[in-house]
Amino acid sequence: MSLRYNDDQRLLADSARDFLAARSPVSAQRRLRDEAVALGFDPQLWRDAVGLGWSAIAFPEAFGGLDFGCKGLGPIFESMGRNLSATPLLSSVVLGGSLVQLAGNSAQQAQWLPALIGGEQRLALAVDEQSRHDPCRIALEAKAEGQGYRLHGDKFWVVDGLGADAYVVAARTSGQPGETQGISLFLVPADTKGLTVSALALIDSRNCARLQLDGVQLGSDALLGTLGEGWAALETVLDRGRTCLAAELLGMAEQLFETTLEYLKTRVQFDTPIGTFQVLQHRAAQLYVDLALSRSALMAALATLDDASLDAGARARLVSLAKWKAGDTAIKVANEAVQMHGGIGVTDELDVGLYLKRVRVAQSCLGDRDFHCERYATNA
Amino acid sequence: MSTIEQFRQDTRAWLEANCPPSMRTGMAEGDVVWGSQNPQFPCEDARLWFERMRDKRWFCPEWPEEYGGAGLSDEQLAVLESEMRRLKCRPPQINLGIWMLGPVLLAYGSEQQKRDLLPPIARGEVRWCQGFSEPNAGSDLASLKMAARDAGDHFVVDGSKIWTSYGDKSDWMYALVRTDFSAPKHEGISLIVLDMRSPGVKPQPIDLISGKSAFCQVFFDSVKVPKSQLIGPLNGGWNLAKYLLQHERKAMSKFGEFSLPSHFDLLALMREYVPAPQSQSEHALQARATACAMNEQAYNLTVQRMGEEARAGDDIGGLMSIMKLTHTEQERDKFEVLLDAMAGHAFGWDSPAFSEQQLAVTRSWLNSYALTISGGSSEVQLNVIAKRVLGLPDAKKGVTP
Repeated sequence: MSLRYNDDQRLLADSARDFLAARSPVSAQRRLRDEAVALGFDPQLWRDAVGLGWSAIAFPEAFGGLDFGCKGLGPIFESMGRNLSATPLLSSVVLGGSLVQLAGNSAQQAQWLPALIGGEQRLALAVDEQSRHDPCRIALEAKAEGQGYRLHGDKFWVVDGLGADAYVVAARTSGQPGETQGISLFLVPADTKGLTVSALALIDSRNCARLQLDGVQLGSDALLGTLGEGWAALETVLDRGRTCLAAELLGMAEQLFETTLEYLKTRVQFDTPIGTFQVLQHRAAQLYVDLALSRSALMAALATLDDASLDAGARARLVSLAKWKAGDTAIKVANEAVQMHGGIGVTDELDVGLYLKRVRVAQSCLGDRDFHCERYATNA
Repeated sequence: MSTIEQFRQDTRAWLEANCPPSMRTGMAEGDVVWGSQNPQFPCEDARLWFERMRDKRWFCPEWPEEYGGAGLSDEQLAVLESEMRRLKCRPPQINLGIWMLGPVLLAYGSEQQKRDLLPPIARGEVRWCQGFSEPNAGSDLASLKMAARDAGDHFVVDGSKIWTSYGDKSDWMYALVRTDFSAPKHEGISLIVLDMRSPGVKPQPIDLISGKSAFCQVFFDSVKVPKSQLIGPLNGGWNLAKYLLQHERKAMSKFGEFSLPSHFDLLALMREYVPAPQSQSEHALQARATACAMNEQAYNLTVQRMGEEARAGDDIGGLMSIMKLTHTEQERDKFEVLLDAMAGHAFGWDSPAFSEQQLAVTRSWLNSYALTISGGSSEVQLNVIAKRVLGLPDAKKGVTP
C-alpha cells in the first residue's frame, strides 16, 4: 500500500490544477452563486472535464473507462477542493456510476455507463432520509407489487439531484431500519410518475435536492443488484464517495491554510507582521500538524479503494479515518482562517467565507466527524 | 546483473544466514543492546548478532573503511536498510556515538581525531552520552554556562550538565561548553569530548515523578580535558551543535521504523475496563478513546509515509519536524483517557494489589510528562515548525500586542 501518488497520478494532479485554475477559479464559483444557477455547476466545464477523461478514470476498460484506479480520483478532488470547483463527478460518476458498475446487470451497465462516462446523462444517489447521514437506517419502503415495486417515502440531501436523468434510490424491501439486510437499490428515471424533485438551497450554493416518492411504480428491471442485498455495493460506493470528499476537504484546507499563512506574513498591526506573534505561530503550526496527519490518512484511504485483498472492515476503518481527520482538520483550518483574517474574514468579499461554507457541507456529507468516529470504533 | 542487484542478493543471503531468527522479532525495552566498553546482552543470540554485524563493519556501513566503516555508497546503504527492514532485523546495537557524534566528527574532526575516535565507535566499544542542557539552559540552550577555561595544553571544565541520558553508564561524553564569556552567547560555545572517568566528573541519577529514570545530572569539578579533544574551531561549537541536532532528527526518523510501538493498545484496554458503555459519560469516554486511537493511526501512517517519501528522494524536512511533537502530545492525550477509564486501577504504586500492566500504565503516564519537555519541548517544536517550515517571521524585540 503506497502512501504517495505515483508519477502518473502526479501528472494528473498537474493537469487538473492547470485546467481548474484557468477554467474554474474561485471567482467562477462566486458567479454561479450570484447568478443563482440552479444546476450548481457549469455544464461546459463538466463537458470539458469529461473530455480530459476525469469521468473514465476509475472504470475498467471494458466499460469504456481508463482503468486508472480510484486513487487517480484523489488528485482531481484535491484540485476541485483547492479551486472550490463544482462538477457532478462525485454524484454521477463516483456514486451513481460505481453503483451501476458494481451492482448492475449487463443491460443496466450497457445503458448507463457509457452515457455517464461520456457526460451525456447524469445519475444522482438518494440515500439519506434524515439530516444526518446514517445509511443503514433507510426506511423508505419498496413493496413488491405486480411485476415490479411500489416506492413510497422521502429522500433528503440528494447531491446534484436537480436535473439528474435518473436516481439510484436506496429503499427497504425487508427488515427494520438499522439493519443492513433488506436494503435494495432501484433506478428511478426523473420523469417517473409520482416522483417530485425540489431544490434544497444550501450555504455552499451547489445542487442539492429533496425527493418525494409518492407511490412510485417501477418495473422489475428497475432493481439494481439482488433484492435485499444492496448494502455491500452501497457501502463500497459510499466509501469511494467519502474518500473523494476527504480529498476535496484536504484540498480546501491546504488552500485556505496557504492563504492564511500568507496573510500572517503580510498583515501589519502594532508595526509588525502579525505572523511574528507566537500565539498565532503556534496555532498555525498545530494546523500544519493536522494537515500532515490528514494527508497520510487520505493517502491510505485512497490506496484501500483499489486493494481488493482488504476486507470491508479494514477498508471502512481507513476510509472513516480519512473522512474524520480531513473533515475535522478542514473545519479547524476554516475557523482559524476566518479568525486570523479578523474583520475582513467575516465579509462576503473575501473568498475565505466561500470555503468555510463548502467545508461545512462537505464535512457533513456522507457522514460527519462523529459518524466516522463511531464507524471506526465499530470496525476496530 | 547490475552491481547493485548483486549487492542486494549478497546482502539478503548474508542477513538470512547471520541474523538469528530471535533477532527478527519486535523488541521490548530490555532487549536493547548498547554499544559500550562492557556491552550487556539479554541473550546469546543478541551477542552473536552484535558480533557478526560488528565484524561485517555494518554498525556504520556508510563510514569510510579507514575509520571503521564498510564504505557503502548511498545506494548500497539504502539496499542494506531495506533488506534489514524486509527481514525485520533488530538494530544490533544502539549508540549515540554513531548517529549523533559520528557525522560531526566526519565533517568537522581533525584527521587525528577521526583516526582515534571513530574506529572504536564503529566497533561498538564506546558508549556515548550527550552533555547539552544545563540547569539554567534548557529550551534556551545557547545560554549554557559550563566553563572550559584555557590552561595551556588543556581546558579546565567546571559546571554541570543535566538531563544526560545514561550519564552514569556511559564511557565518554560530547559536550557543549563556554570558552568565551565575553562574546555574544552563540559565539562563545565550543564542542569537546571527554572521558567520563576523568577525575572530577560525577554523574548523579535523577528521580522523576515516574520514579527511577535514565536521566542524570553530571557535575564537573576542575576536570582536565586535553585541548586535542576540542572538536572543530574554538568558539565555533554552536554550528556543530546545530549540525548534530539535525542528525538527531534524522536518526529519530530512522529509529521510528524499528522503535517500539506504543506500549498500550488504548482500544483493547477500553474493552477491558469499559466493556459495554452504558451511561452517557461512558459513551463520551468511548468517543474520546476512539478519537485518540484514530489520531494514533494517522500518526503511524505519517511515519510510514515519511519513510516512503524519504526512499523516493522527496523532501521530508516538514514531516520530520512534526514527529516528536505529535507522538509525545498524542501519548499525553492517550493517558488522559486511559486514566479516566481505569480510574483507581491506574493509581497504584509499588503494590501487589495491582497488575504489572496497571503499574506500568501509572509509570508511563507520569513519564509521558517528561517526553513533551525533553529533546526540545513541545513549544520549541512549534517554534521550529512555525519558523523553519512555515517561514513565519521572527518577533521584533520588545513588541507586544
